[in-house]
Amino acid sequence: MDALNIQNLTKTYATGTRALKGVDLRVKSGDFFGLLGANGAGKTTIIGIMTSLVKKTSGKAEIFGYDLDKDLNKAKKEVGVVPQEFNFSIWEKVIDIIVAQGGYFGVPRSVAMDRAEEILNALDLWSKKDQTARTLSGGMKRRLMIARALIHHPKLLFLDEPTAGVDVELRHGMWKYLNNLNANGTTIFLTTHYLEEAEELCRDVAIIKEGEIVRNDSVKNLIRSLEKQTYILTVETSKGRKPVKGFDVRVIDDATLEVDLHKDQTMSLLIHEFHENGYVVLDVRPKGNRLEQLFLNILQNK
Amino acid sequence: MNAHDTWIAFYTILRKEIVRFMRIWSQTLLPPVINQSLYFIIFGAYIGSQVKSINGIPYMAFIVPGLVMMAVITSSFTNVVSSFFGSKFQKNIEELLVSPTPNYVIIAGYIMGGVARGILVGAIVFAISALFTHPVIYNGWIVALFVFLTAVVFSLGGLINGIFATKFDDVSIFPTFVLTPLTYFGGVFYSINDLPPLWQTLTKFNPILYMVDGFRYGFFGVSDINVSFSIVMLAAFTFILAFAAVYLLQKGTGLKS
Ligand SMILES: Nc1ncnc2c1ncn2[C@@H]1O[C@H](COP(=O)(O)OP(=O)(O)O)[C@@H](O)[C@H]1O
Ligand SMILES: [Mg+2]
Repeated sequence: MDALNIQNLTKTYATGTRALKGVDLRVKSGDFFGLLGANGAGKTTIIGIMTSLVKKTSGKAEIFGYDLDKDLNKAKKEVGVVPQEFNFSIWEKVIDIIVAQGGYFGVPRSVAMDRAEEILNALDLWSKKDQTARTLSGGMKRRLMIARALIHHPKLLFLDEPTAGVDVELRHGMWKYLNNLNANGTTIFLTTHYLEEAEELCRDVAIIKEGEIVRNDSVKNLIRSLEKQTYILTVETSKGRKPVKGFDVRVIDDATLEVDLHKDQTMSLLIHEFHENGYVVLDVRPKGNRLEQLFLNILQNK
Repeated sequence: MNAHDTWIAFYTILRKEIVRFMRIWSQTLLPPVINQSLYFIIFGAYIGSQVKSINGIPYMAFIVPGLVMMAVITSSFTNVVSSFFGSKFQKNIEELLVSPTPNYVIIAGYIMGGVARGILVGAIVFAISALFTHPVIYNGWIVALFVFLTAVVFSLGGLINGIFATKFDDVSIFPTFVLTPLTYFGGVFYSINDLPPLWQTLTKFNPILYMVDGFRYGFFGVSDINVSFSIVMLAAFTFILAFAAVYLLQKGTGLKS
């Protein structure tokens, strides 16, 4: 069963902006799915339509087989959403926000209280439960929204750029939490423009550009499809060494080289050839993130 | 959602609404109480002693139902319009919109929140009136019915105002320019029988007249207008506004782009 199935979805806003121009997308149940795209590509619009905050112009959308036009409330029951922008009342207490959200999904107060304790503890927010949302830091507000989205145990969780503006340490904590959630059966649909995040978390990704899906594949296949990858080599010195044949090498400084490794070349070969030519290779690391290179290629070519 | 889930969702909204107005009681409960007390003092105790009785009721006693009703109207309307617009403004209305709570339950929750505040304020004002006049109740059921329906009608009005409002100014326009004048001309301070014929006819288009008049009947057993007719009018307003609210929410007016 697909967690999400979208066919030929379009959206034209009242302003005339064509945010979606016929999107097809399937997300398997249990997947950790990433929707990647630049600002304004249409990511939030897709999540808005799937959570009924935005009215679609045309097309078909299903969640776990429930057609949003016919069985909207059944579909909604399975869904939790962490929006891109804060959307809670800043005057309410953390615990009240979460428990009320449970209530809207039919979760009784006492049950919601117990669940809230568990979730807030896991997200390291329990000590803030009686504070008004206004008094939380940016990262805490994000986590509050994650906790709120999980109170009714949704089978599908939408996360719209959940780590935007979140510091590194917190981001890694969140990743761990989300990975764990996914391992326990929650399907996750995440939008991001941090490619590192997508590579770290997602099994499948789609790339959206100006309202159209331009690529949809597993992260594994995407990375495999990279024509070349650029590596940074740190060497003792490159002074007086012969150029290495078969490799595209750019000298950055005396001890730093940039080398392109083509799809059909191996790292062993690279090290070997450099060694043969008298280089002492101290360190090799990829230049930038792999998905990032692919992403830029796709966005620039199309 | 099954009946149990639906009940929990309704209860959650209502509880939240009540907690909200109780938390800010100095803005929600106190002002109407102070206002109406001033009316009691000035119109009732001071000016009232110089005015002849109306339909056999001393002037001070005559204005009590109208002043209670005025507080109920303002409080229920204001509660829903500010709460609903507030949650649109802060976008926490999305918490409800993404949930499976049916629209009629969202409406019922907000409306009952407005009714709760309206009736609470009305009860306090009525209790204070006892300091100025001996309170009588001719028929408690009629009193309850009128106060309830009135609070429902104005809560619905507040909700619809909140749905259309796009900025804070939109929240106070209707109360200031429509609600307050209609209330003053709705027979709070006089019997319409004492008005010139033209004004009598015009007044009959004012819905608040029926509310105040029927409510007053519940206290004294005398009214200017047939009470059954007033009940029918109120019920009609309730249904029309309720359908309008459901329609607007279904359509997503002011909520979904
Ligand atoms: N409420 C709206 N009214 C009009 N245009 C909108 C609205 N929301 C988004 N848009 C436009 O639709 C396009 C897609 O926006 P969005 O889905 O937010 O992109 P993303 O989330 O990928 O950054 C943008 O051009 C944006 O300006
Ligand atoms: Mg976005």
